[in-house]
Amino acid sequence: MTRAGVHGTDGMHGMRGMRGTQGADGAQAAFLGMPAFPEAARRAVHDPVLRANLRHATHTIRGRRARAVAELADWDRLRAAGKAIKDHTLRHLDRYLVQLEESVTAAGGTVHWAVDAAEACRIVTRLVHATGAREVVKVKSMATQEIGLNEALEEAGIASYETDLAELIVQLGHDRPSHILVPAIHRNRGEIRDVFAREMGRWGRPAPDGLGDDPRELAEAARRHLREKFLRAQVAVSGANFMVAETGTLVVFESEGNGRMCLTLPETLISVVGIEKVVPTFRDLEVFLQTLPRSSTAERMNPYTTMWTGTAGGDGPTAFHLVLLDNGRTDTLADAVGRQALRCIRCSACLNVCPVYERAGGHAYGSVYPGPIGAVLSPQLRGTGSRVDASLPFASTLCGACEEVCPVAIDIPEVLVHLRERIVQGGPATREGVRVRIRPARGHTAERAALRAARLLLDHPGALRAGERLLARARRLRPRRLPGPGRAWTDSRDLPEPPEQPFRDWWEQRERQDERRKP
Amino acid sequence: MRAALFVTCVNDALHPRTGVAVVRLLERLGVEVDFPAAQSCCGQPQYNTGLRREAEPLLRRTAEAFAGHRYVVTPSGSCTAMVRGHYPRIGRLARQEGRGGRLEAYAEDLAPRVYELSEFLVDVLGVTDVGAYYPHTVAYHPSCHGLRGLGLGERPRRLLAAVRGLELVELPGAEECCGFGGTFAVKNPDVSAAMGADKAAAAAAAGAEVLCGGDNSCLVHLDGILRRAGSPVRTVHLAEILASTEEEPFA
Repeated sequence: MTRAGVHGTDGMHGMRGMRGTQGADGAQAAFLGMPAFPEAARRAVHDPVLRANLRHATHTIRGRRARAVAELADWDRLRAAGKAIKDHTLRHLDRYLVQLEESVTAAGGTVHWAVDAAEACRIVTRLVHATGAREVVKVKSMATQEIGLNEALEEAGIASYETDLAELIVQLGHDRPSHILVPAIHRNRGEIRDVFAREMGRWGRPAPDGLGDDPRELAEAARRHLREKFLRAQVAVSGANFMVAETGTLVVFESEGNGRMCLTLPETLISVVGIEKVVPTFRDLEVFLQTLPRSSTAERMNPYTTMWTGTAGGDGPTAFHLVLLDNGRTDTLADAVGRQALRCIRCSACLNVCPVYERAGGHAYGSVYPGPIGAVLSPQLRGTGSRVDASLPFASTLCGACEEVCPVAIDIPEVLVHLRERIVQGGPATREGVRVRIRPARGHTAERAALRAARLLLDHPGALRAGERLLARARRLRPRRLPGPGRAWTDSRDLPEPPEQPFRDWWEQRERQDERRKP
Repeated sequence: MRAALFVTCVNDALHPRTGVAVVRLLERLGVEVDFPAAQSCCGQPQYNTGLRREAEPLLRRTAEAFAGHRYVVTPSGSCTAMVRGHYPRIGRLARQEGRGGRLEAYAEDLAPRVYELSEFLVDVLGVTDVGAYYPHTVAYHPSCHGLRGLGLGERPRRLLAAVRGLELVELPGAEECCGFGGTFAVKNPDVSAAMGADKAAAAAAAGAEVLCGGDNSCLVHLDGILRRAGSPVRTVHLAEILASTEEEPFA
């Protein structure tokens, strides 16, 4: 989308109007053939190495986060402030995005608007081609993962090198990320050593002979491998954690310094950022500078925070392009309950406390956004048409641990139930800027019928009592294994033993006895 | 003091002993107990599965059944959380969808009168020592809706700690969900069973004879897993432990 197109309207509506290009959605398309969550999770649950890796990693970071958060006496207020800033910004997103574009442009940057993944990939490919470069270095970024940028660049003959340690492990291992913050969380040291030893030489400087699995040794091998890439890169691609509308400043939080290298050394910097990442003022960063590091890496402050505003002569990149990505965000914003998912600052605290994520692993979520936040984000950004997306809102016990740790107070269980309703009952939604009515999904017919029947029974006390008495009479028939859908219970659990009589019968008997005792 | 018992559908049909225990316990503490027979299910299975409209008749039924009762006591954190947390939302949405304000009025009227058992004992009656006797080693699993939904905090553990003869042991990872999650247990059986197995293992590692909880729905799941594994650990609802006395052992 051209800038003129946006100025002609109020931004958001302009983007809706421009939607319609539906190309290959890169990595996300690769996920669409994914099995539904329960099937994908089954493999992970029965993989003891994966279970051990995930348990160790999530429990370690869970404990650290709790301690880092407990240090702040005003955590609840910071959380409320973060929520308020995000809600306000989302309410006036049209205005702040246009202000951001003006600020970035005034500071020497160029702003591009991408309505979907395909358009964003086309814009970045064109920008890289224009520089003549055949390779880019990348800062870890969820937005570029979401749009499948690496795959799109590869198709155009451009190599992209991930420079974040965990992303490097995933890329070298021809793997998929399974965690927002720690994409290689499913890998242990030995597995990483093997990937480095096998793959590094094919892409650049090989791993040293006899590489061990000591974390320092592994980090050193990655550092040397990456250094070569940093020093010759002409183009870097990044995302951003925040964009400041008032000043046009972009911010990246990171731990390894690879981001700082990418954001300062190359001549051209291209940042792909979701439209919900904007905040109104520089001062708003104060809140997130405190909540994001503590929630994600459990640090008081992350080691590297890089901020840049357009371009500056003789200091850093001479060309800066900002690609503002919609890709389903405007549709999500149109939903009064679901829009709170756009407050997310990608800290991944909800993944680390989620008992389902811990056992199912990130890949089962079929998206670059796994865990509780993925279960509410993916079915909104992509719609609920695919098997995996329609299964995600059910991939939760609604235990509420995610909501409790969320630094922007997203009520994830509420959104999950809301999306379940959309899938089972059908209802209004916005897809590609158009209000549509979602029809009830297939595959929930039996459950819908069963719960309706249960409701009818439960709403008719006579029928309910008859049912309870039947259960009591049939108590000796209790089978060890049920046929059909009942197997999902009895494959792993015994059935409860039905009582001799329901409570209401006991109560009635007692009442009658009391009556008789009365004079 | 009078209180109406909202026994819940799970307890009515599968765990009447828990209801009997609440009656015995409250009467021992001097509370006159009513049982409005029109009560049924709170509608949580329907609501949590995405069938909000199917939960509406049950909301109406529950509100009508308990109309006029100052205190409604229920031995379930989950059903209390449904009434207190979700009924107002169901009512509000019904109004916003143009179906009038009746449900919302019902919800707003009922929600503040419903108490989970440990809340009623500690906050309303002001007791933590209910005069119970239970000579067993017990671990307490704080179910999610009680823990995070209602903020029951230390109430159940304080009640257990005051029981004579009872040794309360620490349950490792107590705050983690047991994996039941209503229809989650059958829609995602592998993950559900893995979570339940970890919880069962934690209870055994803690050296507990009894795994106590405030929600029989979670305990049905955990009990099924413990029995299938041939574990000696039993599951017992909090009410049944509190109802037990030296003269009349209950659970």
